[in-house]
Amino acid sequence: MASLTDLDLTLDDPTRATLGDYRANSLWRLTLRRLRRQRSALVGALILGILVFSAIFAPLIAPFEPEARLRDVGRRDGPCIHLLGCPADEPQHLMGIDGNFRDVFSRVIYGARVSLRVGVLTVSFAIIVGTTLGAVAGYMGGWVDQIIMRILDVVLAFPFLLLAIAIVSILGAGLTNAMLAIAIVTIPQYARVVRASVLSVREMEFVEASRALGASHAQILFGRILPNALPPLIVQGTLGIATAILDTAALSFIGLGAQPPTPEWGAMLSSERNQVFSAPHLVFFPGLAIMLTVLGFNLLGDGLRDALDPRLSQAGFKK
Amino acid sequence: MIQYSIRRLLAAIPVVLGVVAIAFILARVIPGDPCRAILGEKATAAACERFNENKGLNEPLWTQFTIYMSDLARGDFGESIRFKRPITTIMLERIPLTMELSIMAVSLAVLIGVPLGILAATRRNSLADVITMIFANIGVSMPVFWLGLMLAYVFALLLKDTPFALPPTGRISPGVVPVPFYQVYGWDVPQSGITAALLTFVANMYIVNALLSTDWTLFADALKHMILPAVALSTIPMAIIARMTRSSMLEVLELDYIRTARAKGARRSQIVFKHAFRNALLPLVTITGLQMGLVLSGAILTETIFNLAGVGRAMYEAITARDFPIIQGFLIVISVGYVLINLLIDLSYAYLDPRIRLE
Repeated sequence: MASLTDLDLTLDDPTRATLGDYRANSLWRLTLRRLRRQRSALVGALILGILVFSAIFAPLIAPFEPEARLRDVGRRDGPCIHLLGCPADEPQHLMGIDGNFRDVFSRVIYGARVSLRVGVLTVSFAIIVGTTLGAVAGYMGGWVDQIIMRILDVVLAFPFLLLAIAIVSILGAGLTNAMLAIAIVTIPQYARVVRASVLSVREMEFVEASRALGASHAQILFGRILPNALPPLIVQGTLGIATAILDTAALSFIGLGAQPPTPEWGAMLSSERNQVFSAPHLVFFPGLAIMLTVLGFNLLGDGLRDALDPRLSQAGFKK
Repeated sequence: MIQYSIRRLLAAIPVVLGVVAIAFILARVIPGDPCRAILGEKATAAACERFNENKGLNEPLWTQFTIYMSDLARGDFGESIRFKRPITTIMLERIPLTMELSIMAVSLAVLIGVPLGILAATRRNSLADVITMIFANIGVSMPVFWLGLMLAYVFALLLKDTPFALPPTGRISPGVVPVPFYQVYGWDVPQSGITAALLTFVANMYIVNALLSTDWTLFADALKHMILPAVALSTIPMAIIARMTRSSMLEVLELDYIRTARAKGARRSQIVFKHAFRNALLPLVTITGLQMGLVLSGAILTETIFNLAGVGRAMYEAITARDFPIIQGFLIVISVGYVLINLLIDLSYAYLDPRIRLE
């Protein structure tokens, strides 16, 4: 790192001053550095890296199409892995065959695309709406704040899965409606995070200065105040992706989410749950995929929360 | 304390009214004709007109809501369109099971999660801490429906002929008859009224009923059937409670007064349980209360897997069959219960931390 002696300050022409190879210690650089030192966050990032890789390169990794019905296999055959002793003359199927003669491994790989889409879209929608509501409530205060918060309190009063089931029943079963339902019931969480950030920042001097300079409410809110809400929002969003994937799988499990033949992990579990005693592999692998994906997002989210903790920037990094 | 309690109670009233209104609207907005859903092939135009008139479904929405609110004030949740039985009777049959399951799940979560969290905090960065946190992270990430199926596979099939075998479905075994404890004692119970409702409610909690009537066969059988669903349901709350306890204890253990206690030569157990744990309790109480909502949500999935006739399944079946009164009634009871639990949490918070009462 550059030191003061490396600085070339030309006093007669300050505009020509150079700063050597000095790197700005921005919040994000510091966060990334702290994140890289946390083993659990790295494990989470590795899991997610594998997930994203599988999603992008699914057509190359999966030996079959997810909806292809195979001919030379038995219904609900167990896994056959040649390396582990399965006869070489039998077709290899790493995770077995399901009740519709489809390769489970291929469906699990393609399911990564569905899960990533579910997580990112659901959380994005919830964050956009939640941020708007939270920002308006926190900035305006008064009766606007009270009304918005009371409405969100009522939404939070319902056990979230019950409310999501009721909403999906109104909209109709299907993956898109399940995602929308989960997004709606999670809006209050993001609204509260943003509102708390806005409340803590809106009375600060730099905001007052912007007001004095004639900035509009929208400029102050979106240009000055909301950027301070980004760190907790990113943490909440990362953890929220994990919850969204889990909840959508739960809705699919009870038949209200993804419909056949979509290779969604919860739907795969649901369609074969009665075979748990005779063909447990059909339940084990999709569930394991859900668990590992959710674990990856949880580990990364926890790591981000620790890395973005403002106390660490003063006290020095601690594990 | 009383003033604080009254303030919180008053603040909960608009939330409860909002819940009732939304539950009513949601039940009505679900598409599909309840007449066709219930009568099926017999649903002619004339039959449906008679059906709608009998049930009051052809009245304007506002009139239906007003009638519903006045009935609700008298404790009348209406009648199930499908079963033609009072909703309160169905509630007295279904709620006890879900309540028993939820209480068992949250109790397991607290009894295992809190000590694990304390162990992890007091042995920070040790093997015990690392293993506890690995299990906590995995527990939080596990889908409850997958865990339930895997537990059923292990305990009902793999361990089938061993003493560790557990039944994968149902609430009690065939042949085991739960006799209400008030009948065992020969009490003269009225057919209707609040007393009858309360006694029926308690008797429908089979484990509690078995304890009250000292029926150890029923107790052992009901408990065996409840273990797998309770363990499946408790895993996520247990993991969350363990992580929160660890985090809360770590914050408290770094405070000056703990250092003072150590310097004064206080025993380790005194420092952890008498000084540190009490102050670490506050966020823990909040998180435990919040887990009740999670447990109620998870109950739908667990009841489906283990074939238990509780509130979650009743709700799901009612939504599928467009049985408005059940949807409304159960949504209201569950949500109001959740609001009351959060209210109790807030009040206990004020009891534990006097600074909150004074704010």
